[in-house]
Amino acid sequence: MRTQMGFAGLVAASALVLAGCGGSGDTTSGEEPAEGGASSDAELVVWTDEEREEAIAAAAEQFETDTGATVTLVQKNFEDLRNDFIAQVPTGEGPDITVGAHDWLGALVTAGVVDTIDLGDAGSDFEPVALEAMTYDGQLYALPYSLETVALIQNVDLVGDETPATWDDLVQSAADAGAERPIAVNTAGETGDAYTMYGLQTSFGAPVFVQDDTGSYTTEVGMGGANGEAFAQWLHDNGTAGTGYISTTVDYDINNELFDSGQTPYTIQGPWAMSAFADVPNIAVGPIPSAGGEPAAPFVGVQGFYLSSQSENALLAQEFLVNYLGTEDAQRALYEADPRIPAFSSLAEEVSSDPIIAGFVASSQNGVPMPSIPEMGSVWDLWNAAEVQIIGGADPASTWSQMVSDLEAELG
Amino acid sequence: MAQGTLVASRESHARGWRGIGWGFVVKLVLMAVVNALGVAAILAAWQAESWVVLGAMAALLAVADGVYFSRRALPLKYLLPGLAFLAVFQVFVLGYTAYVAFTNYGTGHAGSMGQAVEAALIQDERRDPDSPTYPLAIVERDGELGLAIVDADGDVRAGTATSPLETVGGASLGSSGAPETVPGWTVVPRADVLTDSALQEEIAALRVAVSVDPEDGSVRTREGSTGAVYTSSLAWDEQSQTFTDAETGTVYEPSDDGRFVAADGSALPTGWYVGVGFDNFVRAVTDARLAGPLLQVTLWTFAFAILTVLTSFGLGLLFAIIYNDPRVRGRKVLRTLMILPYAFPAFMSALLWRGMLNSEFGVVNDLFFFGAEINWLGDPVLAKLAVLWVNLWLSYPYWFLVCTGALQALPADTLEAATIDGAGRWRRFRSIVLPLLLVSTAPLAISSFAFNFNNFTIIYMLSGGGPAFVGNSGLGATDILISAIYQISGVSGGAADYGLASALSIVVFVVIGVISALAFRQTRKLEEFQ
Repeated sequence: MRTQMGFAGLVAASALVLAGCGGSGDTTSGEEPAEGGASSDAELVVWTDEEREEAIAAAAEQFETDTGATVTLVQKNFEDLRNDFIAQVPTGEGPDITVGAHDWLGALVTAGVVDTIDLGDAGSDFEPVALEAMTYDGQLYALPYSLETVALIQNVDLVGDETPATWDDLVQSAADAGAERPIAVNTAGETGDAYTMYGLQTSFGAPVFVQDDTGSYTTEVGMGGANGEAFAQWLHDNGTAGTGYISTTVDYDINNELFDSGQTPYTIQGPWAMSAFADVPNIAVGPIPSAGGEPAAPFVGVQGFYLSSQSENALLAQEFLVNYLGTEDAQRALYEADPRIPAFSSLAEEVSSDPIIAGFVASSQNGVPMPSIPEMGSVWDLWNAAEVQIIGGADPASTWSQMVSDLEAELG
Repeated sequence: MAQGTLVASRESHARGWRGIGWGFVVKLVLMAVVNALGVAAILAAWQAESWVVLGAMAALLAVADGVYFSRRALPLKYLLPGLAFLAVFQVFVLGYTAYVAFTNYGTGHAGSMGQAVEAALIQDERRDPDSPTYPLAIVERDGELGLAIVDADGDVRAGTATSPLETVGGASLGSSGAPETVPGWTVVPRADVLTDSALQEEIAALRVAVSVDPEDGSVRTREGSTGAVYTSSLAWDEQSQTFTDAETGTVYEPSDDGRFVAADGSALPTGWYVGVGFDNFVRAVTDARLAGPLLQVTLWTFAFAILTVLTSFGLGLLFAIIYNDPRVRGRKVLRTLMILPYAFPAFMSALLWRGMLNSEFGVVNDLFFFGAEINWLGDPVLAKLAVLWVNLWLSYPYWFLVCTGALQALPADTLEAATIDGAGRWRRFRSIVLPLLLVSTAPLAISSFAFNFNNFTIIYMLSGGGPAFVGNSGLGATDILISAIYQISGVSGGAADYGLASALSIVVFVVIGVISALAFRQTRKLEEFQ
C-alpha cells in the first residue's frame, strides 16, 4: 500500500510538473515493476539479487517450457529484500518467492509473510544443518541452497598448512614464524563483531542461546555464568590491556590488508573475503582453533528461497521451488553463478575437491546455525558493544554479566 | 481617478485570453499527456484495489483539468504544480508518518488481522511425520473439486472437502504413478491446474479428510502432483474471533496490541497492526531503557548542530575575510582549492576520516600525535570531538563560499564612511561587516542548523553512533536523534518498530519546526541594519 501510494504520487507529481512547467518529457514510466499477479495468467514473481539472477533464470526457462507459466525475475539489493518482503507481502504486492538468509526467518514468521514448504522425500538431499536453519518452531519454511561460515585462514608460506588445534598453538606457530602479530580478528572497528568471534566464544562453552533437544534455539541466554565469564576474561587478556592480539583498530578492510600483506599469518574470515587475499599465493583453510578447550562452533548462515504466504499461485510456486530449484542441476547452476558452499549434500561433496572449499565445509560442519529469532537484532548491539568494551580494557566479568542481564531484560 | 480606470481596464497577464493560438495547442498536448498518465495511474490503482490512491488521483486529475481549462482559475496554473508537490511529498509523507506513529506497525505487527489468522493456520498445520508422499491427481465430480491419491497398497482413493477418502475401483495409473483415469471422476489435467490462478487457490485450500475421524488428519497437496497427510490443532472461531488449540484446550484471544494471547500469557507468533493511541510517544519518554539515553542523545544533537554551525561559520568567515583581501595573490586558485572538501561526497569523506582516525593504523595519530594510540572513535568525548572536527572540515567550504559572496556585496561607501569616521579594523568588523553579513547569512545558518540536526550521513558513516552507552538501549555517545531513530526502528537488525520510530520522527520534526520558526523571527531584527 505504501509503495503504491508513493508510486502513484510520483506519477501524479510528474504529470503535474509536465502540465505546469511544460518542461521536458522526462517522467517515470507508468508501470508497476513488481505487480503481484492479479491477472488470470499464471505468473510467478521471484525476487533475487544480482548474483543469483542468471542461475534462477536458467531453472525458470525449463519450468516455463514444462508448465506454460511465466516466471518474472525482479532484481533487488540483497540487503533490501527482507524489509521489502515484510512490507509488501501483506499488501498483496509482494513476490511469490524471494531469495533470503535464514536469520530473517523469525522476523518473517512473526510478520506472517512466509508459507511452510514440504520437501517430502527430497529433504534428505540437503545438509542437515541447512534444513535445521530454515526450520522455525518445527516447520520448514525455505528451500536452502547455500551455507556460509567463517574459518581459520592461514598463510602456508609463513606457518605451513597444518591447522593449529588450539589458540596457544596458533600463537606459538605465529611466533615461530616471526610474524608481527599472530592473527587478525575483525572487530568491525569500534562497532564490534561478535559474529567473527563466536567460534572462539563457543570454545568456552558459552552459546548465545540455549538450544533445546530438537536443536531449535530457546530465548534463554546461554552466555552467562562461569563459561561466559571465562571467555570475557580471555578476551580481556588478549585485548588492549593484555597481549593486544585482538584490537578494535581492526576492521574488515584492515583485517584483510594485514593478512594479504603478510603482516599476520592467520585470520578468521569467510569465503567472501578470499578475493581480498590475492597477494597470498598459498592459502590453507581449516576449522577455527579452540581457545577454551571445547570445539569452536562458528555461526553458519544459510541462504535459501522463501515462499510468500500471500502467493496467488501457491501450487506453481511450490512446484518451481521443490522440483526445479531443488534439483541437483539447478543447485549446481546456483553454485556456479555465485560460489558458496552448497547445501545440497552431494554437490557439497563434489566441490570439496577444492581444498579451500573443503576447509570451509569442515568449519561449517562444526558450526551451528545463527539464531533466527527476531530478537537477534537487539542481541547483536549489546553483545558487540560489550566485546568492544572488554577488548578496550573494561572489567571483563562485570561488563559481561551486565550485558547478559541487559539482554535477559530486553528479551523479557 | 483616470489612472484608476486605466488599471482596471488592463487585464492581468494571467487572466489574458486571446483565443486559440499556439500556446493553447501546446497546453492541449501537455494536458493530454497529463490526463493519459493520470488515467493510467487511476487504472493501476483500480487494479491494485487501493481506493485511497484512486480517489486522490481522480481528485488531482479533476483539479488539474479544472485549473488549466477554466478561465476563472487561471492564476492557479502557476501554483498548482507546487501545491501538488507539497501535497504529495510533504503533506502526504508527514500525514502517513503521523498515522504510523499512532500504530504499532513493525516486526510482528505487519499485516491485517485476517492475515495473522491465515499465518497462524499455516504455521500450525504440520505434516504427519508418519505420512508417506502419495502420488496424486486433481479430480472433479459434479462441479466439486477433489483429490485422488494412490495409497501405499496401490489402491486409488478419492474424496472431496466434504466427503473423506474412499477407495475407487478400476482406476488406471499414468506414467508418473499418479491416477490417470478415475471412474466416476473427471481428472483435471495438470496443465490446467498450473496455469489457472483461481483453480490453484481452490486446490491449495482443499483438504480431504483421511477418514470420518478428524484426528486422522487430512490430505493436502502442495504442488498438485503429490499429497501427504497433514494435521492441525488450532481451530479458528469466526464468531468469537478466537483460536482454540484442540490438543491443549488453550484459547487464544485477540489482545489490544494486536496479538493472539492465551490466559497464561503465551502468544501466537504472528500479530497484526492496530492503533495504539499515544503509546509510542509515552514510551519514548517513560521507557527507562530509552528515556535516559534519549535525553543524552537529544542534548548532544543540539550541541552537535549548534557547534557545527558556529565553528564552520566562524572558520568559513575567517578564510573568506583573509582571501577577500586584495593583497592576497592567486586568490582565485586558492579559493578553488578551499572549496575542495565541499566537492567530495560527504559519505566518502566520512569513511576516509574513519580510516585516518584509526588509533593504530590511522594517519592522524602517526603524523600529528607522534604515533600515540589515541582512540579517537572509541572514547565518548574524543569521538564527539572527532565528529565535530570532520563535520567542520566538511562544512566550512560552504560558509567560505557564502561569506565570500556576502563580503563582496557589502556597500563600499559605508565601510569607507566608517574609516573616515575613525573606526578601526575590529570596530568596522563588529559594527558594520558582521551585522550586514548576518542579514544575508542568518537564514542560511538556520537551515544549516536544521540540516545538521538531522545529519544522518556523517554519524552513520563516521562513528556509527558509537561508542555504545552502557545498558541495553543500543544507542551510543555520538548518536544524534535521527541516527537514534534509525537504530530504534531496527531496520538494520531484525525487530523493526516503525511506530515508535515514526513517533520520534514527529517529535524531531516539531522541535526543528519550532526552533526554525523562532530563529526566523529573530533574524527579522537583523534587517533593521539595512
